[in-house]
Amino acid sequence: MNEISFFLAGTTLRALGSGALWWAEQQMLIVSDLHLGKAERVLRRGGPAMPPYETRDTLIRLENDLQASSAATVICLGDSFDDVAAAQSLSEADRLWISRLQAGRRWVWIEGNHDPGPIDLGGTHLAELPVPPLTFRHIAQNGKSGEISGHYHPKVRVKTRLRTISRPAFLFDSDRVILPAYGTYTGGLRSDDAALSALMRPEAMAILTGQTPRLLPMPR
Amino acid sequence: MLNRAGDPCTLLIAPTGGGKTLAGFLPTLADLATTPHEGLHTLYVSPLKALAADIKRNLRVPVEEIGLDIRIEDRTGDTSQTVKKRQRVDPPHILLTTPESLALLTSYEDAPRIFKGLKRVVVDEIHALAESKRGDQLFLALARLQSLCPDLKRVGLSATVDRPEDIAKLLARNPDPCSILFADPGPAPDISMLETKESPPWLGGGAAYAIPAVLEQVKAHNTTLIFHNTRAQAEIFFHNLWLANDDGLPIGIHHGSLDRQQREKVEAAMVRGDLRAIVCTGSLDLGIDWGDVDLVIQVGAPKNVKRLVQRIGRANHRYNAPSKALLVPANRWEVVECINALQAVQDGDLDGDPRGPGPRDVLCQHILLRAAAGPFDAGDLYSEMTSAGAYVDLTRDAFDTCLEFCATGGYALKAYDRWQRLQKRADGQWQLRDPRAAARLRMNAGTIQDSDTLKVQLKRNRGGKPLGEVEEAFAATLSAGDTFLIGGQIVRYEGLRDMTVQVSRNASRKPRVAVFSGSKFSTSTQLSQRTLRYLQADNWPDLPAHTADWLHLQRSISRLPEPGRLLVETFERDGRQNMCVYGFAGRNAQQTLGLLLTKRMEDLDLAPMGFVSSDYATLIWGLDEVIDPHPLFDHEALKDGLDGWLAGNALMRKTFRGAATIAGLIERNTPSARKSGRQATFSSDILYETLLKYDPDHVLMQITREEALRGLVDFARIEALLKDVENRIDHVVAPHVTPLAAPLLLEVGKIPVQGGSAEERLLAQETESLMNDSGLAKV
Repeated sequence: MNEISFFLAGTTLRALGSGALWWAEQQMLIVSDLHLGKAERVLRRGGPAMPPYETRDTLIRLENDLQASSAATVICLGDSFDDVAAAQSLSEADRLWISRLQAGRRWVWIEGNHDPGPIDLGGTHLAELPVPPLTFRHIAQNGKSGEISGHYHPKVRVKTRLRTISRPAFLFDSDRVILPAYGTYTGGLRSDDAALSALMRPEAMAILTGQTPRLLPMPR
Repeated sequence: MLNRAGDPCTLLIAPTGGGKTLAGFLPTLADLATTPHEGLHTLYVSPLKALAADIKRNLRVPVEEIGLDIRIEDRTGDTSQTVKKRQRVDPPHILLTTPESLALLTSYEDAPRIFKGLKRVVVDEIHALAESKRGDQLFLALARLQSLCPDLKRVGLSATVDRPEDIAKLLARNPDPCSILFADPGPAPDISMLETKESPPWLGGGAAYAIPAVLEQVKAHNTTLIFHNTRAQAEIFFHNLWLANDDGLPIGIHHGSLDRQQREKVEAAMVRGDLRAIVCTGSLDLGIDWGDVDLVIQVGAPKNVKRLVQRIGRANHRYNAPSKALLVPANRWEVVECINALQAVQDGDLDGDPRGPGPRDVLCQHILLRAAAGPFDAGDLYSEMTSAGAYVDLTRDAFDTCLEFCATGGYALKAYDRWQRLQKRADGQWQLRDPRAAARLRMNAGTIQDSDTLKVQLKRNRGGKPLGEVEEAFAATLSAGDTFLIGGQIVRYEGLRDMTVQVSRNASRKPRVAVFSGSKFSTSTQLSQRTLRYLQADNWPDLPAHTADWLHLQRSISRLPEPGRLLVETFERDGRQNMCVYGFAGRNAQQTLGLLLTKRMEDLDLAPMGFVSSDYATLIWGLDEVIDPHPLFDHEALKDGLDGWLAGNALMRKTFRGAATIAGLIERNTPSARKSGRQATFSSDILYETLLKYDPDHVLMQITREEALRGLVDFARIEALLKDVENRIDHVVAPHVTPLAAPLLLEVGKIPVQGGSAEERLLAQETESLMNDSGLAKV
């Protein structure tokens, strides 16, 4: 099965192999760190001209997840755009595409450190969103519980018998879940990084994304 | 040389040594002695930083003796910023530099002023540069200099090569003539195999068995250089040599992963004559005077006969005595290879194929650096570039594609018009949109592909002494307490701090070994065919008994490969199922065969994990045993779906990474960028896959294909090989690794099969067992 279920604050959540999170009870699809418009931002700031296809690629995958789940609500956990100007520079076609995805469902943009301001696209803009018993925000906060966040782009390395394999991963414990980055042009932070080890409880688990998601104790 | 001083271009072919280089400078010194000169007069370019420093020392002696008022300075990656700045304002008469530093120097807006009055350029070790992208970059820079200084005279200094006219073409401005001078090549080198009491092992690259014999040789000579094919092997050998060095002979180690200060220390000690031997790698030849070196030892089979001969030719050049070299095979297969290489040297059968046209990633970088120097006219730049030998056949279309790439990215989707990197002005000239980008472009200049490395440092409370570098991928496998070798000492991994590997000294005797990317060598097909013929004999009287026995053993537990047949061995080792295919077709063809066969195996659900190729065989490993190899070699099936597989394999991704970095699509990882947050950087594989999906004909994808295919052969060659074999496939199921397959286990250049069924199965097994171990599986 291309998903793994787990519990957080009494709710059942499903981690999808694509890197999205599904809250069936609320018909809610959650994704994090789309970083749309990344290539444009890098070039604007004097960097190289990377292939301008990452927005398209990310939206195609998001559309697939939306079709498969028929989500009633979509929550983007922040850093949906690589910066506010990148959001404004999206092509007309991409804007229409996003509007089409938004049609007929509730859509929430949580603000991230990359996209702190309101963005002139449909949907609601919020610093954070409580949907008891859960709270959605961009960056995890120590001491909170029932928290769903992104920001860190966690990835996990598994040393198998013959090869070490590294993939984006969900991290979760009894307080929170941290989503992997969903955007095409995103890297990852290893789960053994001090920042992640400090946030997660010792018994935290990880779910590797991919064709078949895999559950394992969070490597640290 | 003096008679040729007025020629536009001269190539001097001579054994390397102080004499040749000095000859290159003679016209310069003669001119400067008689005519006062303001600013830069002569530029000297060498592939090695250390060589530039060494020439500076050697050149100063005659200049000071004659009492000439000539300023000689070097400028390399090691030169301080202050000195570099001063050199731009007030250039010396003679500047000694490297291709990379020269490319940077031409990228400044004041380049016309810096190079004003430049009369001559001397390119040292041009035979080495001619084989690499560094050379392509250098010759483009020379084209630029020639536009700034039309009367510039070019001199090239080369070791003995097969086709000097090819190098002359690269050196000269097209279509200028280039005269070629041949110096006395000196007596032929004296090369033989080291005789040892101990037999070399079946398997093993360390040549530990030969340590006592090598020490005897070191004692019997003044200065010995001990070359290894990889840095890791050099480290192990040095470690063992040191343990056996009961007489405490002064022996040093030198290779490219060591800290600069450490390297300089060894070089200085060598110059003073304090060292009896230096353990080093061949990929980074020492940039010091080899005059006192009276013995060269090559550990491991020489993978490239031409390079071996050139390297040996550098020793002992002062005494007009033959250079002396000993080959030390590290295992028994290498004994066979060494015997055949020696035979090839005797027959003058040097390998090496001519390089194709100049690669376009270097062209892209040159365009960007040209833009950093100021506005330019596209037509002018095009004609300038086609005056460089490697780019003579560059079409205007191909040039325009590269220019477009530099300007906008050149994507099928036009998304970036507003922010393009280069803009065309109203007057038709091209310029950087944002002048501040110039500094960023300079930071990414260069064509040497380093894999990401991390500095290794003794923990701060123990002095913080830098030791060298290891690959990031290797550092990632370390856990606290692991030990590894670097610079001949065993150190213990303590942790990572500010992207530096912190270590402490450790006295344990069994280190894990630092994995450096070993250079990949390719030999000629001739050498592998020679070896195959050699194996057909009933007996091998010229082989040491141990190696002849070893071949007999191969014949008894498996068989020896034969022309017109294909030997396929399968055996299990360390939990992997191996298949070894002996095509004796040369590394490029064996490499293609590896790609094709792993594709077939993935189709047949045999979970292949990777392969490695040598000149004579391909070894493939995976999770499942190949019971019947015949279906794998089905022509039609092999061909089917080949393109898609080629595009998706790890070899292609790696090639893309290199080309994209040189062409300026990927910026080099600066330490500060890495520190500022790793989750911001993402793998170049993502860019590759994105282009493959949405823009497969993009210029960088073309460059990647062109380049990867240089290391492969086309399907027709494989088809011919298989036709020759027809169904004469000899499958041997061996109880364990066979004598002939063993050396493949050590071969560098392993290519993984990524994202295949093997990975899924390994992940499933591992995560399951982790869950069971933690007792969570039942929860």
